[in-house]
Parts: sequence; C-alpha cells; structure tokens
Amino acid sequence: MQYAILCYDSEAVVGSWSKERDDAVMAQSLAVKTALAAEGRMGPTLRLMPTTTATTVRVGAQPVVLDGPFAETKEQLLGFYVVECNDLNEAIDIAKRLLHGSGAMEIRPIKALWNVPAPDSTASD
Amino acid sequence: MTDNSWIATTLACVRPQAMSALLRYFRDLDTAEEAFQEASLRAIKNWATNGPPRDPAAWLILVGRNFALDEARRKSRTQPFADEEAVASIEDPEPDLADRLDDSHYRDDVLRLMFICCHPDLPATQQIALALRMVSGLTVKEIARAFLVGESAMEQRITRAKRRVMAANVPFEAPGAAERSERLSAVAAMIYLSFNEGYAASGGEVHVRASLCEEAIRLARLLLRLFQSEPEIMGLLALLLLQHARAPARLDADGNLVLLEDQDRSLWDRDAIAEGLVLVDKALRHRRPGPYQLQAAIAAVHAHAARAEDTDWAEINALYRILERLQPSPVVTLNRAVAVSKVDGPAAALELVEPLSDRLAGYFHFHGVKGALLLQLGREREAQEAFDRAISLANTAAEAAHIRMHLDRMK
Repeated sequence: MQYAILCYDSEAVVGSWSKERDDAVMAQSLAVKTALAAEGRMGPTLRLMPTTTATTVRVGAQPVVLDGPFAETKEQLLGFYVVECNDLNEAIDIAKRLLHGSGAMEIRPIKALWNVPAPDSTASD
Repeated sequence: MTDNSWIATTLACVRPQAMSALLRYFRDLDTAEEAFQEASLRAIKNWATNGPPRDPAAWLILVGRNFALDEARRKSRTQPFADEEAVASIEDPEPDLADRLDDSHYRDDVLRLMFICCHPDLPATQQIALALRMVSGLTVKEIARAFLVGESAMEQRITRAKRRVMAANVPFEAPGAAERSERLSAVAAMIYLSFNEGYAASGGEVHVRASLCEEAIRLARLLLRLFQSEPEIMGLLALLLLQHARAPARLDADGNLVLLEDQDRSLWDRDAIAEGLVLVDKALRHRRPGPYQLQAAIAAVHAHAARAEDTDWAEINALYRILERLQPSPVVTLNRAVAVSKVDGPAAALELVEPLSDRLAGYFHFHGVKGALLLQLGREREAQEAFDRAISLANTAAEAAHIRMHLDRMK
C-alpha cells in the first residue's frame, strides 16, 4: 500500500542550514530513495519553497486569495515522499531513515493516487 | 545524527523572538542580552542531553527571564530597593507567560526589537551594527570584520548605539497600524543598506562581507514571515535574492568586477532566482507598486534573460519610468538611461544623462556611464575625460579597476 511521508520542520532553521548541511541531508535522503527505487517502491518526492512563497485560496462568498500558508504553524510542511510499503511498520522504518536531526515525519496512508496519463500522440485535437 | 550543530542553528533562528520578548520584560538591551546569553549557555548543555524542546523560543525566554530576575533579586539585597515597576513585574510571571508565548506576540516583539535597532536617532552605520548584534546575533568580531573596522571600534559603535537608544525613551507598548507601517519602512531600509554594504564588496573582502548579504536576506525573510501580505517586503526579499543570485558570477578570478552583461549566467543561483521570481509575482498581484517591488521586477527581467542579448530592455525602461515617478532621483534616471541606450541608442541616452551632471558630479558611476555612451558615439577624447573622472571618484579598488578596463579597451 502507498503511504505519503510528510516532512515537517522549522523552515527558519532549515533555511539557515549551511550548504554543507543541506547537501548532507539531501544526500541522506537520496540514499534512502535510491535504495527504495531499486526495490521498485519509490514514488514521487517533492521539496517545497518556503511558506513566504505560498498563496492560499479559500472558500468565501467569492473565493478569497490570501498570502501565506493555510495555517501558521510552529513547524511547516517542507515536502513529501510517496513510498510503497507492505505495512505501517515498513513506512515507520523508512520515516526513521529519513529523519535528519530535527522536525518530524507524518505518515499518511494514501487513499488513491492518480498518475497523469502520457499524452496520446495519435489522438486528434 | 549525533552532531550538535543543530543547537547553534536553532539558537540563531529563535534569537529574534527570544531576545525581543526578554527586551519587553526588562526594557533594557544589556539585561536582555545577558539573559539570552545565559539561557543559550544552559540550552547548549541541556538540549544536548535532553534533545530539542518543543518550543525552543519559549524555553529560552523562561530560563532567561528567571535568570535575570534572580540576578535582580540578588542585587537588590545589597542595593537600595528596585523601582516600583520592576518589582511589580517580578510578582507572578507564570500566568503571563502562557499568554505571551503566542506567535502573534512574537510578531510585535520582534518588530519592536528591530525598530529599536533602527531608531531614527541612530546613524545608519549604528543601526546596522546594532541590528546585526541584537537580532542576528553576530559577534562583535564578526561585525567588525564585515565592516572592515577594528573590534574595539565596533564595540564602541554598538555601545554608543545602545546608549542612545535607551536614552531616547522608546515606547514598549504594541505599535498601532500607522506606526507599524512606518517602522516596517525603517527596518526595510536598514536591511537594504546592510545588504548593499555586503554587495559592494569585492576582491579579498568578498568572503568576509558576504555574511552581510546573507544576514540581510535572513532578516528580510524574518520580516516577511511576520508580515506575510506586505508587497514591499516581498519586493525587498525578492530584490535581495535576485541580486545575491548573481554573486557567484560577479567577480573574475582576479577579483575584478564582471559587468552584468559579461557574467557567466550558468553560475547564477537558480534556486534563489526561482524564489525571487515567485515573490515578485505575489507582490505584483497587490497592485500597490513600490520601490522595492519595482527594483525586484527589474532584477527579474535580467534573471529571465538566458543571455545578455535576450534582455528585455524596453520592459526595464518601462519599469524605471514608473520608479522615476514614484521615487524620482537622478540615480534612477541614470540607470534608466542605460536601458534607453539599448532601446533607442547612445545619443538618446546621453540626452537623459547630461542634465544630471550637476547633481551627480561626485558619483563615479555617472562618469562611467557617460564615458561608455560617449565611447559608443565615437567621441573618444570626451570619453577618456569621463573615465578619468570616474576613476578619481571610485570607492573601491574593484570599481576603479573596472573603469580602467574601459580605458584599456580604448587603447
């Protein structure tokens, strides 16, 4: 079953990392991803820009557009991984391997994941 | 991960919130600083054993406050009784504390601290030094190096700044809306100045002064996190990111300035550019143009060009036109003239530049631009004169070297 592993951490702290630290954390992440990919269990991964680049669209009488993230939190959502696991314990093990000294990983089972179908080059417009 | 470098990073990150809260309680910069120092020392020991607290800022504030209160009690046993106000605040801090640990209070606290550092009574040099010491937490030694002055000279500068600020009787209540916007401008101006100090560096100074650029960006980020929907603050951060993105390409192997048009764009920091462009987009949606947004938009036009030849100079000219109307200045017109020269040719640009000669007579860049335009028009003797004038006015070796390059090319 597929799980999303959501990465939370203080973006102020993460944004202050030296290049060396950032490279080291990325290398650690890459090592885990490479190993999982070799087992055919690695899904999409993404790293987000800081919440100061976020824009939120909310329901209102008219849709309301606001600067900033959905919620101001002490730690921010920085990115996520999608992984294929046999059970929750496997997902937890992977999350532990991804921990990098600060923050937290939230494991959320995926109900459904749609892949964007490749454009059909024979279809007419 | 067993290394404890995360402690130092965390301390640096929560410093603004913790320092500013302590300043609010004690209304004295030195007391707040000592309290924060002590709390940090304890954090280094405590967190290494127990791991990170859930709320590092709150932890530091609590420990720092208790330490400073204990010190005050200790001293009051041997000295005349502490004044009424200070005694009243000692009474029962606990219920207060829970209330004050809210993020929205941090916002006012941090802004107040930044505004204190940017107090109008302080000259710009003192403002920057104080902000770097109090908010960024750079050591006096680091700040001294960044400004190329001796450590004791910088120590004095900071002490003088603190004294002047404390004498100015700064209000410690939460600022109202009008005050807040005025304060934001003052803080933004300080951050921009600080960035430019670092950006102007060249040659051997670069690595030392680059920290000024990085700290300015950090402070701009902090300000934007606190004021998420202020387009000028988005513009400020975007401008700093877009300019700093070019830093790896700004100097050649000999430490000389490389002009924007000659830079190796593959060396530009693409992540910084991407973030800067996003912020420009966000800011422009507000339709409240301002100087930082416009300068950022101009930097964005450069960032979009894969090669110098692809630069949309007409767009840059249009943006400078708006900037000229908003914030007229001969320097802005000079910069616009460069764009005009690319769109309408050097003669048209020179027409814009010549009337500026009275006001910009002492500005090396004016003579540099004038010389370049004259050169393009084949007026070599006049170009030579302009370049010679520019060299005599150059502030740094790199600026002079850059003009000298023009002169060399003429021979």
